Amino acid sequence: MSEGIVYWLQQLLNALQLGSIYGLIALGYTMVYGILTMINFAHGDVFMIGAFFCFLAAVYLGLPFAPVLLLTMIGTALLGVAIERLAYKPLRHAPRVSAIITALGVGIFLENFTLALAPYPKHIPALLENTNWNLGGVSVSSLQIIIICLSLGLMFLLDYVVHRTPVGMAMRAISWDKTFVPLMGVPVDLVISVTFAIGAGLAGAAGTMYGLAYPVIDPYMGIMVGWKAFISAVVGGIGNIRGAMIGAFILGGVEIFVAAFLPSTYRDFVAFALLLVLLIVRPYGILGSPRIQKV
Amino acid sequence: MRKVLALAIATCLFSFGFTVSAAEKTLKLGVIAELTGDMPAVGASCKNAAEMAVKEINAAGGVQVGKQKMKVELVIEDNAGKADQSAAAAQKLITQDEVLAIVGPNASRYAIPASEIAESSETVLITPWSTNPKTTLDTTTNKPKKYVFRACFIDPFQGGVLAKFALEKLKAKNAAVLYDVASDYNKGIAEVFKASYEKQGGKIVAFETYTTNDKDFSAQLTKIKDAKPDVIFLPNYYSEVPLQVQQAKRLGINVPFIGSDSWGSNELLTLGGADLNGYYFSTHYAADNAAPVAKKFIEDYEKTYGAKPDDVAALTYDAFGLLFGSIKSAGKADREAIRAALSTLPSYKGVTGDMKFQADSRDPIKSAVVLQIKDGKFTYFTNANP
Repeated sequence: MSEGIVYWLQQLLNALQLGSIYGLIALGYTMVYGILTMINFAHGDVFMIGAFFCFLAAVYLGLPFAPVLLLTMIGTALLGVAIERLAYKPLRHAPRVSAIITALGVGIFLENFTLALAPYPKHIPALLENTNWNLGGVSVSSLQIIIICLSLGLMFLLDYVVHRTPVGMAMRAISWDKTFVPLMGVPVDLVISVTFAIGAGLAGAAGTMYGLAYPVIDPYMGIMVGWKAFISAVVGGIGNIRGAMIGAFILGGVEIFVAAFLPSTYRDFVAFALLLVLLIVRPYGILGSPRIQKV
Repeated sequence: MRKVLALAIATCLFSFGFTVSAAEKTLKLGVIAELTGDMPAVGASCKNAAEMAVKEINAAGGVQVGKQKMKVELVIEDNAGKADQSAAAAQKLITQDEVLAIVGPNASRYAIPASEIAESSETVLITPWSTNPKTTLDTTTNKPKKYVFRACFIDPFQGGVLAKFALEKLKAKNAAVLYDVASDYNKGIAEVFKASYEKQGGKIVAFETYTTNDKDFSAQLTKIKDAKPDVIFLPNYYSEVPLQVQQAKRLGINVPFIGSDSWGSNELLTLGGADLNGYYFSTHYAADNAAPVAKKFIEDYEKTYGAKPDDVAALTYDAFGLLFGSIKSAGKADREAIRAALSTLPSYKGVTGDMKFQADSRDPIKSAVVLQIKDGKFTYFTNANP
């Protein structure tokens, strides 16, 4: 292969890896917004806690990859449900800005709680044997393949759950109408809990995979990644699950390719300028649709 | 009601005045350290060494000030790894705690804002570890600040050392640099390295950046791989370097990496492990090749804290040595007198080597060492001067 194509393919692979991690986190933002029209700003920090659960399970329990991933996902799912019950549920009928401020507060609490217990950055040991392949000049690592495949797998699983199962139908129904759907016997509180559990569980999976790809973790790691995932969700059309995945791959791609073909100092401002232009053209995001406000 | 209030205020004032007069017999010194935030290992080393230096001097009866010996009291502030909190901590130490002088912060991006406060409040500040020239330089007049000193060498010196090392010892004609563009230290030394390397006949084939807290460097590293360098320079902090080296290896990059004194924390080894074996970095002192003065310090530190002192610890200890020496020669506990004494202090034999402030400069003249990471340890490799 010519050198130009090799370079391009290598960067494409980098973009896929980054995009799949953003995507797993973006799903949590978009699901909660879809159901409660609330932005769960603590979500990035749930992702951070996921990475720390992964660290605990790997170092103190000495478990291999699959149980670590499972335990982390269960741990963050329970955390997500607990946050919703303790912090958001009492405010469900309060002004929306109160819920958003509470979410920010929960995020800051999680950061500083972790900081108090683990002030030093932690190193996650290699849970998977990594092999590097050289495919005609393109360097592919087994870790990259696992991250991309596992993320895509989880995304399609979620898409199936939301569009093809009774729980998913209940979720979509509640996001459609919160007044009459409960009258039809849909247990709203339970469905909301399930939504938070799934969203936080996916963030836990993202935290584990992030910890494998970038094995130095610290209590502030969730802030920037959380913002980027949130932006992915908005670009894709917040509230829309397929949109969040598309948005994440677009953001990952734009970030990588701007740094790849322009001086890397331009990365963030060119990347975000492009996203702004995209939102001007499609204000509701790529797959989003305007919500009709009934007065 | 008004009477009660007046009485309360009077009581407050009285008790405040009372504590001040009770503390009059001690010398109050401030420390600003990165205890939390993104480089807590740096702050911990700084705090440990500061406490050790003060304990030692107090055990010896205190600092000789004129005819009497005065005990030292330490006030330690955390800057939380933030520039604004560094400035706030300096402000608090100077106006509220009324310290005589300040040691810290360590990283340049925190030392620079704190130094501005110290300078405008006319209080001596010695930064142990900040190597960026701007820390001791007034950027509006381009003259040295009057009250800000440091215990370490500066980046133009270090960049020159590394450029020469890469060209002569590693025989690398093409170098790539990846650095944090949002951090004063990293940016400063990357630019100095580039200029010095090119001046000495090398070629910079890639000069890539990222911003603080980035974890994914794959785009930049792929670009660097494409430029085919013989050596890669990573003038970044210890928590980021392991990620950069690991990702580079995953992309199939197999050239040596070199670094600067920001690598010098033991945490680098914990976080990086075997990935960093065989690579080099320049720093302030080598614990395994130290002068006799340093040996005692290293032994005592290991005994107290159970770890080898890193460069931050050694430099903090030296900063306190400089401070005690200047208070003694000033002969009085006065901010201005300490400043005058510090700038004319004769050569000081510290843990990190001999140092002396030149007339009209706040940066001591001293030399650097290059260490190699070997079997999970920092090993002395060579002495270095540009």
